[in-house]
Amino acid sequence: MLRRVLLVVPVLFGLLVLTFVLVRVVPNDPSAALAGQNATPAQIAEIRAKYGFDRPLVVQFFVYLRNVAQGDFGTSMYTGRPVARDIAQRLPATLELTFAALLLGVGLGVPLGVIAAVRHNTWVDHALRVVTVGGVAIASFWFAIMLQLLFAMALDVLPLRGRLGTALDAPRFLTGLYLVDSLAAGRLDVFWDALKHLTLPTVTLSFGALATITRFTRSGVLETLQKDYVTYATAAGYPRRVLIPVYVLRNSLVATVTQIGLLFGALLAGAVVVEAVYDWPGIGSYAVFAIFTSDYKAILAVTLLVGVVYACVNILVDLVLGLIDPRVAEQL
Amino acid sequence: MLVLRKFARDASGMAGFVIVALAALVALLAPWLAPHPLDAHESHPVQRLQAPSRDFPFGTDNLGRDVLSRVILGARPALTVALLVVGASMAIGVPLGLVAGYRSGWTCEAIMRVTDVVLAVPQLILALALAQLLGPSLRNAMVALTLTYWPFFTRIVFAETRRLKTAVFVEALQGLNAGGPRIMFAHILPNAAPSIIVRATIGMGFTILSAAVLGFLGMGATPPDPEWGLAVAESREYLPDAWWFATFPGIAIFLVVFGFNLFGDGLRDVVDPRLRRSR
Amino acid sequence: MTAGTALLAVEGLRVSIAADDGVARVLDHVDLAIPGGRVVGVVGESGCGKSTLARAILGILPRAARVESGRIAFAGEDLLRLDQRELTRRIRGREISFIPQDPYLALNPTFRVGTQLLEIMRWHASDGAADGARGRRARHRARLVELLRAVQLADPEQALERYPHQFSGGQRQRLLIAGALACRPRLVIADEPTTALDVTTQLQILKLLRDLAGDFGVSMLFVTHDFGVVAELCDEVMVMYAGQSVEAGATAEILDRPRHPYTQMLIACHPDRSSDLAGIPGVVPSPLAPPPGCRFHPRCPSARAVCAAARPASVADGGHAVACVLYG
Repeated sequence: MLRRVLLVVPVLFGLLVLTFVLVRVVPNDPSAALAGQNATPAQIAEIRAKYGFDRPLVVQFFVYLRNVAQGDFGTSMYTGRPVARDIAQRLPATLELTFAALLLGVGLGVPLGVIAAVRHNTWVDHALRVVTVGGVAIASFWFAIMLQLLFAMALDVLPLRGRLGTALDAPRFLTGLYLVDSLAAGRLDVFWDALKHLTLPTVTLSFGALATITRFTRSGVLETLQKDYVTYATAAGYPRRVLIPVYVLRNSLVATVTQIGLLFGALLAGAVVVEAVYDWPGIGSYAVFAIFTSDYKAILAVTLLVGVVYACVNILVDLVLGLIDPRVAEQL
Repeated sequence: MLVLRKFARDASGMAGFVIVALAALVALLAPWLAPHPLDAHESHPVQRLQAPSRDFPFGTDNLGRDVLSRVILGARPALTVALLVVGASMAIGVPLGLVAGYRSGWTCEAIMRVTDVVLAVPQLILALALAQLLGPSLRNAMVALTLTYWPFFTRIVFAETRRLKTAVFVEALQGLNAGGPRIMFAHILPNAAPSIIVRATIGMGFTILSAAVLGFLGMGATPPDPEWGLAVAESREYLPDAWWFATFPGIAIFLVVFGFNLFGDGLRDVVDPRLRRSR
Repeated sequence: MTAGTALLAVEGLRVSIAADDGVARVLDHVDLAIPGGRVVGVVGESGCGKSTLARAILGILPRAARVESGRIAFAGEDLLRLDQRELTRRIRGREISFIPQDPYLALNPTFRVGTQLLEIMRWHASDGAADGARGRRARHRARLVELLRAVQLADPEQALERYPHQFSGGQRQRLLIAGALACRPRLVIADEPTTALDVTTQLQILKLLRDLAGDFGVSMLFVTHDFGVVAELCDEVMVMYAGQSVEAGATAEILDRPRHPYTQMLIACHPDRSSDLAGIPGVVPSPLAPPPGCRFHPRCPSARAVCAAARPASVADGGHAVACVLYG
């Protein structure tokens, strides 16, 4: 297990180097960009000294490393606040959205995959196949806009954007997840409003994940159903209605759980687009802002954060796989 | 060509192929197929935001341009970008994968670590950051996408090369004193080719989507290009009234990507019969 | 061996399986009778359909298989008339249990062995006593441990906590045998249970099965390709060729006086009887295009024109039945 964690370290270090190189090296002189279009050479030189751009790159890198180790990601040039604080403040929103999408994807995807496998080659299976292949072909930004058109504009049953209606205040901070916090504070009205706001973004974000999970669960279950131990269990009198959920599912889930690890990366990437369209105040929209305003410290921090989260999720996936399949556990 | 015949029996794979072929045709003949080809860059404010009608089956956009024509013309940048990005990614990723798989030791480790680092961040986010740093343009979007997509090929080719390296025929070749590069390119590569082709086909759909997202966020194509993602972005402020402006470019994206996915799936079933049973 | 007293009687069973390149007529009017308390062997080369026969009885044929006609009477009831739910509820595990061929693949690798076996007992080991779930589970566990001791598995208590991959092939087969006896069935169907094991283990398992059948008083249907095993273990035997039942009777009788040409050649070629590796000339026909009439006639030294015309009817003399024109 430890070996697995240690393997991640060089990758993360490489990520630090990569992000640093990207932002410092690619636009040759960031100080000119920062100073603005009409800056005089003196002003540019001043900025250069202020941000330390005049020191050798290697030195700049080590300064950067030291800062990161202390949790200091610098100050956002756009908001004027420490980047670390900006991210911490916005992180719960993205987590709430991503988890909701994952929950929806798994909660619907696994049962649908099982149904498709059990009703192999019937019209149900073919219909689901079309949906799953189509699901990953839909551009999420377009899907978001279509959903907004239908539900928020034409039917007016769901809100268009944001996390909470303007009339309501955010619930008292406990976890940062509005659904949890509002229940904890006993504010059902806030809960419902937050839930309504969460609906369209979650559906948009989860669609691709749902399609992929259904697909992989289906092939996992199909493969398991062919196995001898399933035939044996049937011969030994295992009732079918218990066989699938209890007996078969555990073996089929190996493929699905592996996919979830990869899917998380896709969900994080998707969150950028979804947050941008729905004005969701999370890391994704923050990243888009940072990119538009060349707020390089914010860009660095977000990229790094995403890399770390992604790596952690993959380790978690290995752990869960070890729980499901004892043979894997022995290899860890 | 038993392989082709096997493929032809698969209905959805064939459907995908037909869609892709049609899309390619549309892209090639776009200027002649579009009813108002000049709407690629000309604007007619007089007829702006008109609903779909006989003259304009998909309506007109905010500058009075025929949406149908712009959707047809948009096929060109979509497919060209996808082709170039996937092609360049292969050109970078495949040789790296071959070398990493064939040689062990420092070269292999270095290549694979770099691959891991690039893959550590979801592709879209990295591509977005790159595109912004390079400056928003279609060409820079292609560079950004290529620089973030090649590792997918490297991973696959690495796995295939490792698998094939221990195959008997490679050992036989080594016994005959065949040189490394020759073994890699003339012998291992053809055997890894099917997996690469499947990945490339699916990658085409994936790239079209990514390019559209970049276009939507303003990091790719710039006005007045008839790019699909850009069109959807431009349409936002005229909703809900001008629904046709947002809807049709998105449907185009969907159809083409759907076609590539079906086609890629069909290819995969033919290439790897092991997966076929649980399809 | 009359159908009237048999515990299990298969009559005229025809099964076909749809394949990519046609319809395989895997079983063609197969007859089999298993009296109560006896071990009956079904012997034939690989591909002759004996496994399909075993699976047809339990209703676990592959999806593409269809029962065209016939009857499988178990204690008078036609199993083919029951749907899957009925089969699961009343028959499988409880009345008829199964020992599969490959012990390596039969157990679910992600569950502990004890969990799997106890689960089956939970559904089928009825005892009528009313003492709640916890008490029942304890009793089942105790019974299972007793059985594991009976099949000579070392350290039974510990064994229940382990995973399948931690056992050897022979040990796993013993586990499966214990599982098959756990619910006190009336009939145990063993599908070549020793084929996947090495020779020494094979002999051990065969001896174990013989003893258990006697001790527990169960009938056994033993599917095998090896006549030597039949001689060792079975009271009665049915010989199959290419989906047809060609001869049936008491083992001793058939070994001494085989009537069907195929049976004669099969016995003669057995390594115990002959040092000649020649085997029977010709190849087993594919079920996709079987020869008409008696399917053995292309390879039969005594074949006549009438053999290809129609399948010969089975002619019984005392307990010894044979389906060959030479005798009827």
